[in-house]
Amino acid sequence: MAIKQLTIFVENKQGALVSITDTLADNNVNIRALSIAETEDFGILRLIVNNEELAEKTLKDAGYLIKITDVVGVKIGDAPGKLSQALSVLDKANINTEYLYAFMARTEKHAYVVLRVEDIATAENALEDAGFHLITEADICKL
Amino acid sequence: MAQKYYQKEIETMPVEEMKKLQSEKLVKQVKHVYDNVEYYRNLMDEKGVKPEDIKGIDDLYKLPFLSKADLRDAYPYGLLAKPLSECVRIQSTSGTTGRRVVAFYTQHDVDLWEDCCARAIVAAGGTKEDVCQVAYGYGLFTGGPGLNGGSHKVGCLTLPMSSGNTERQIQFMTDLKATILCCTPSYAAYIGESLKEQGYKPEDIPLKAGIFGAEPWTEEMRQSIQNTLGIKAYDIYGLTETSGPGVSFECSEQTGMHVNEDHFIAEIIDPDTGEVLPEGSKGELVFTSLDKEAFPLLRYRTRDICVLSRKKCSCGRTLIKMAKPMGRTDDMLIIRGVNVFPSQIETVLLKEGYEPNYQIVVDRVNNNDTFEVNVEMTADQFTDKVGDILSMEKSLAEAMKTMLGINPKVHLVAPKSIARSEGKAVRVIDKRKLI
Repeated sequence: MAIKQLTIFVENKQGALVSITDTLADNNVNIRALSIAETEDFGILRLIVNNEELAEKTLKDAGYLIKITDVVGVKIGDAPGKLSQALSVLDKANINTEYLYAFMARTEKHAYVVLRVEDIATAENALEDAGFHLITEADICKL
Repeated sequence: MAQKYYQKEIETMPVEEMKKLQSEKLVKQVKHVYDNVEYYRNLMDEKGVKPEDIKGIDDLYKLPFLSKADLRDAYPYGLLAKPLSECVRIQSTSGTTGRRVVAFYTQHDVDLWEDCCARAIVAAGGTKEDVCQVAYGYGLFTGGPGLNGGSHKVGCLTLPMSSGNTERQIQFMTDLKATILCCTPSYAAYIGESLKEQGYKPEDIPLKAGIFGAEPWTEEMRQSIQNTLGIKAYDIYGLTETSGPGVSFECSEQTGMHVNEDHFIAEIIDPDTGEVLPEGSKGELVFTSLDKEAFPLLRYRTRDICVLSRKKCSCGRTLIKMAKPMGRTDDMLIIRGVNVFPSQIETVLLKEGYEPNYQIVVDRVNNNDTFEVNVEMTADQFTDKVGDILSMEKSLAEAMKTMLGINPKVHLVAPKSIARSEGKAVRVIDKRKLI
């Protein structure tokens, strides 16, 4: 069920980020969601895209250090407290969230949260048992 | 059964006989230099040594040393011992340390040099049935021309690839079934990584042996290259000043390099006092050429820190062996008062599971030395969690501190992001020298 996240190593130098996004744009890859974690020396760019196989291949060919990571995607209502509800489900199931980022749906009244956890299956079961709707690769393509 | 030696009589000559041969050649070489090289004649005169005082190798210690500074002072023709009309070739160092050295060769000199390289290829198992891929740079750099000539002498089918264009290297290697690869160890490792990335397993690679030199490398790096390429990796040593690769070479025992003693005398000296040290002592390696025409060098100080051994070798060669140089006095960095050799960094990286692709950057900020090491991360090591990468950097820095006694700042960087020039990795950037 998990969705695929592209993880890219970004060197801390002028133009590093734009050359990645240019490479994706040139290959018609559409970015659905992104987050970046940065340190003094480097950044780690995390992307959800419409075609991760193509994105992985083009970036690899261009010489980038890249990795595909499985993450959990969950749909939540666009209202105060909804994110907290989802997170408390994971907390009760003793699942530690490494990082997360969220994005809004364009048409529906929903937000989507991308969660990075060690035990994906347990996290997904806990969320589904609590009535949350998980998103799939197919959903990403339709977004 | 493959041919074991290229020139058996010389390579297995009894030691006493070899010393006699060296003595005869040395007397002639000293006279040749004294008669034709004013620069060295002045050095000998200053020391009060005449050619007649040199009756054999036991008198070698009487001769003055030559250093890299002498070569620079005498540039370009000051050490030339033959008219230019007799010379057919020059080779030159890359000048990366800012001191370009130009060496001259007569046809005789080229022949002897290529014989030395041929001995190295045969010692690595090479025969006329082999396909020898020479991926050292061609041109002024001695690596390509030297091994190319040696490969011809052995009768191998020679692929004169030069360095770079890794895609093409791999294509020729696999299409034409190259069995011997000659290049720098860092380029061999790079070709190995690229083959691995393309899905080649060691058993799919046609190579059986590699002859790697021109830069320092460690035993750990040898193991790593041998495993990736599925070959035996042989070390070869030489300097542009003394003709190029082939001054010494490794045999199947892989425990040091046999010096081609019929062409070069090796000595180990105390780098501070110049005193000759007994066999087995660690010190600076010094070479004296024995039958060079155009560019003979007497007692040339290599700056390489090394040990010589006369221990009997299972390969049957009687030629003295030199250990892998532990570093160059030139390469040695003094950072915050501590001696650091790049090879120590390499040893730590291989021990900690990293590829030996690194660059040391030293600078001085507010009168304090900064010491940073950039290390290429492999795709397997990369993770999406910042914390993991930071802790990898921290534990690598700790391992280096244990080895060196000083604490570096380690940066993990993307694969293949550290510059390589002529296949030689740029290991050290010392910005303190630019001030």
